[in-house]
Parts: sequence; structure tokens; C-alpha cells
Amino acid sequence: MNQASNMLLEVKGLSQTYALPRSNWFAPKPTLQALQQIHFELAPGKSLGIVGESGSGKSTLARLIMALEKPTEGRVIFKGQDLNRLNPDQLREIRPEFQMVFQDPYSALDPRQTVLKIVSEPIQNKTQSEMKELAVSALMEVGLLASDLDKYPHEFSGGQRQRIAIARALITRPSLIVADEPLSALDVSVQAQVLNLMMDLQDKHGLSYVLVSHDLAVVNLMCDDVMVLQEGCMVEYGSSDEIFKNPKHPCTQNLLSAIPG
Amino acid sequence: MVNTPLLSVQNLRVALETAHGQVEALRGLNFDMQRGEKLGLIGESGCGKSLTALAIMGLLPARSQVNGSIALDGTELIGMPDEDMCKIRGARIGMIFQEPMTALNPLHTIGHQIAEPLLLHQRMTVSAAKLRTIELLERVQLPRAKERLQAYPHQLSGGQRQRVMMAMALACQPDILIADEPTTALDVTVQKEVLALISQLVSEDGMGLLLISHDLGLMRDQVDRVMVMYGGAVVESAPTEALFQTRLHPYTQGLFAARPQLGLKRGTRLSTIPGQVPDLSNWPSACAFADRCAHAEASCRASLPALVQVSEPSHFVRCPKWEAIGLPQ
Repeated sequence: MNQASNMLLEVKGLSQTYALPRSNWFAPKPTLQALQQIHFELAPGKSLGIVGESGSGKSTLARLIMALEKPTEGRVIFKGQDLNRLNPDQLREIRPEFQMVFQDPYSALDPRQTVLKIVSEPIQNKTQSEMKELAVSALMEVGLLASDLDKYPHEFSGGQRQRIAIARALITRPSLIVADEPLSALDVSVQAQVLNLMMDLQDKHGLSYVLVSHDLAVVNLMCDDVMVLQEGCMVEYGSSDEIFKNPKHPCTQNLLSAIPG
Repeated sequence: MVNTPLLSVQNLRVALETAHGQVEALRGLNFDMQRGEKLGLIGESGCGKSLTALAIMGLLPARSQVNGSIALDGTELIGMPDEDMCKIRGARIGMIFQEPMTALNPLHTIGHQIAEPLLLHQRMTVSAAKLRTIELLERVQLPRAKERLQAYPHQLSGGQRQRVMMAMALACQPDILIADEPTTALDVTVQKEVLALISQLVSEDGMGLLLISHDLGLMRDQVDRVMVMYGGAVVESAPTEALFQTRLHPYTQGLFAARPQLGLKRGTRLSTIPGQVPDLSNWPSACAFADRCAHAEASCRASLPALVQVSEPSHFVRCPKWEAIGLPQ
């Protein structure tokens, strides 16, 4: 075992290039470099915030960390295992350890499934009653009731739906949750509730978050490290205390000065 | 009258037909807007902000019941025949919508869409309208305006689309601009530019602005007065700076406290408002905030408290206990 293996997540030289439709039949396909040479590592229990304007590659990075797509170059190493070198079975085995929460709690939950089905979906190899038990405890943790299990998503408000999405991520006891703008679809008073919940869960379970957000105040509150992306490049990366106090790159300064109020 | 306000909304009530029967979604809204005045309306989803905008534009669903008065320069808009309302909408009141992606027609060029109100309201010739459209696009600072006339909405970025929306709203030099969450779909940096532009254009033309948003921070630099809505009623209304100094309604206080702000220590828990925004179909008949309020008493649940003026100049609050709880912060 090398020394780096005590990191929860290591990302090395990660690049992603997408092919665009060709402009005419004989032209080569133009490409779009969505991410270029991203490096970072994350210790267990620590959190990383990814900020940047839209189109800067934040969500692409989140999808790559989740192994939802293959990078053109570079490696994503989770708990010492290179996710892109695992075969599908191995990948399926390790997936419960890193989970994702999406931006829009309205489209992230299947409207035709009960909460029980939604929340217990990530669990494998369990009996019905074990599943139900786990689902109940996950729901309790996010502040919902056991009686909510048989309801459907439309019966819940936006904040409650985001809680259901968090319960679904939590049920496998992950050590990493990747959250892509988890608050932006929520009302201000509800945002604070969900944010507090995420921090409580972090303290309780020693979770790590990779938080994609455009809200720098939220990143500052939750994350130990910050990465600023601009057009797919990492333009600033470091501890959030340092970066928020003394932003060096114009892009970061620009983002900070644009916060209203 | 010497000083007729540009827009005067008096005791505006809107009842909507829903699957659960009729619900009163606006419960007596009062405000005046003078020429050149910038008003902000904030609140969370379902509190009636957008409904207010739609009521002023005369765009409410046909089955809704509207009572009260909306007067533009002394002319009553409620109950006005559709034909007359069409002459006001777009011509005297312009509106910028939240989602520039869905508010623009993807099948028409932006030149066509901006020229439409000019041809319709001002009976311009096509060539005159084209010139005016270029002028408008330059005014909203869309680069390469001339070439962009032939562009379709999908060829523009979110910020550029919002600029096009602005050009459409401003085409006929309206007296009032209503901007309903104009920057929610935009990046923070673009948001800043778009807001600055709205502010600049409104000041240049001396329009009245009604800016609707859920974002408190955003109001601070943009408007003269902020009205906070909750459950279909204004719960607090004050000059912007006064509100940022002192909040008197428990809901406004909760909203301010719940904002994550830069400079908080890592892991600090935000103070939250317990519970959630009540569902439109089962709004309490009295103070809609009572169930989430730590100060609520029996009278709060009996009837809707009146909006009272407090000692500070034109600071209004709809809470019987404001004196006890409204400590300066």
C-alpha cells in the first residue's frame, strides 16, 4: 500500500472531451474540452466545494467522480481503487460507498414509485423486511416519518423531496456524497433546514461531501477545500479559508464580488 | 388629484379555482408606485408574488376571481375589456419573465420577436421596426446587434436571452417594468450584469419597476422599497435600508437569519424557520405564518392581523406583537 491510499478520493489528471456534431459531412468532428487536467484529493470526513460559472465543467466533474461516464484521460481513485479500471461487477459492488444527490428534487424522484421503493433502491441482497427497516431508519435520520414510506413524491414539498433524495443516498452508508446544486431548487427558509441536515449527517457519520454549488456562502460554510473551475480548467484550488479571504485568480474574485447583499 | 400614483393597487384579492375548491391566493394587497420608483416583492414559492404580477398584467386564468382595484395612472384595469387591456399590456406595462428559455419562442428569430410589439402597438413599418429593434438590442448591450437579428433563441446564452427579453419589454417604452425573478436562471456574475442593466434602463427612462425575487440580498442594491409577502399577503413593507437595519415581522427575521453568509465559521448551523410554507389549498384563514411562529398567540389564529404603520417612516408590519419582538439587530 502506498502512502496516498489513506485518501478517500484522489483525482489525477482528469480530462474529458466531448465530440460535437460535425458541421458538414467531410469535416472532422469538432470537440469540446469539458475538463482539463483536474487534480485533487480528499481526506475522509472532509468536504470539497466545486464552484464556477455554468458551462465551466462542474457537473461533468461530478459525473466523472460518480463514474457515470468515462474520462478521456486521467483517473478517479476511490478508496485506493481506480473506478475506471473496475469491471461492471466490481463497480457495482463499490457503488454503495459513494452516492449522489441531484439538483432538482422534482425530477430526481420517480413519481410512480413509493418512497419505500425510491429510498431502498440502492440496497442489494436484502430481504423485504430488512429493506423496510433500513428505509425507516434512513427516513428518520433526515427528519421524515416512518408513515411516509407508502406515500408518493407528489405528496411532499420540495424540501421534503430533497430529504427523500438524501435518505436514498444515505441508506447504503456511503463515505462520500456528491451533491450537485442540492439547494438551488429550494426556498430560502428550506435551504437552511437542508443545509443544517447535511452538516448534522456529516458530523454523525463522518461523511465527505463533494458539493457543486454556485452559492459561495454555502461552500464556505460546508467545505474545507474549494476548487474554482473556469472553462474546464482548475484556476484556483485550496483551503476555503484561504481562498475566501484572499482570492488570487480574477475568476474567483469575480465570483466573490458578484454575491448580492 | 395632484399626485395620482403611476400604479395603485388597492385591496387586491384573487381567488383561484383549484381541485380543492376555491382558494384565496391574494388576500388584500395594497401598494402605490410612483413614477421612477423601484419596488421589490420578495417571498417564497407559492406566496403570491408572481400572481401579483399576473394580476397587474391582466393575465390571470379566466376562472379566477379578482376583487379590489388596480389603477394605472388613475385608469382602472380590473374588469377592463380584453381589447383595451391588450393595448396596455406590452405598451404601457412591460414584463420580463423568469425563464428566458421558455418565454421566448424558439421558432422565431429574436428580431421578429422584438419587432412584434412595435408593429402591433405602434403600427411601425417593417423597416422602421427593424431599425428600432437594432437600437433596442444595442441599448440592452447585446454585442453585434445587427447580426443577431436573425439569431434564434437557442443560439444565445442565458444572459443574452434575458437581454433580448428586456429589449422586448422595453420596445414600446412602457411606464412600468415588471421583472419576475429575472435572474434566477443565470449565473451569479451574469446576474449582477443583468440587474445593473435593468436598474440603469429603468432610471434612464424614469419607469416604475416591480422587481420580484426570492433573493433578499439581491434586493438591497436594486430597489427603494421592499415588500415581504407570505401566504398571499404583505407581512412587512419598508424602505430597503430600513428593512436591512430592522426587521419587525417574525417571518422577515427568520428569512434574514436563514441566509448563509460569507464569513460564518465552518459548520455553523443556520437558524431555521420550523415547518414549511403552507400549501395553498389549506392556508390558515388567519395569519398564515402563525403555525411556524414562536410568538403566535390566540388572536393570530383568529383573524388576519392588520398591516400597521410603525414609528419609522413608512415601515409597515402585519403582526400584532411587533413591538415585543422587533428588536433592532
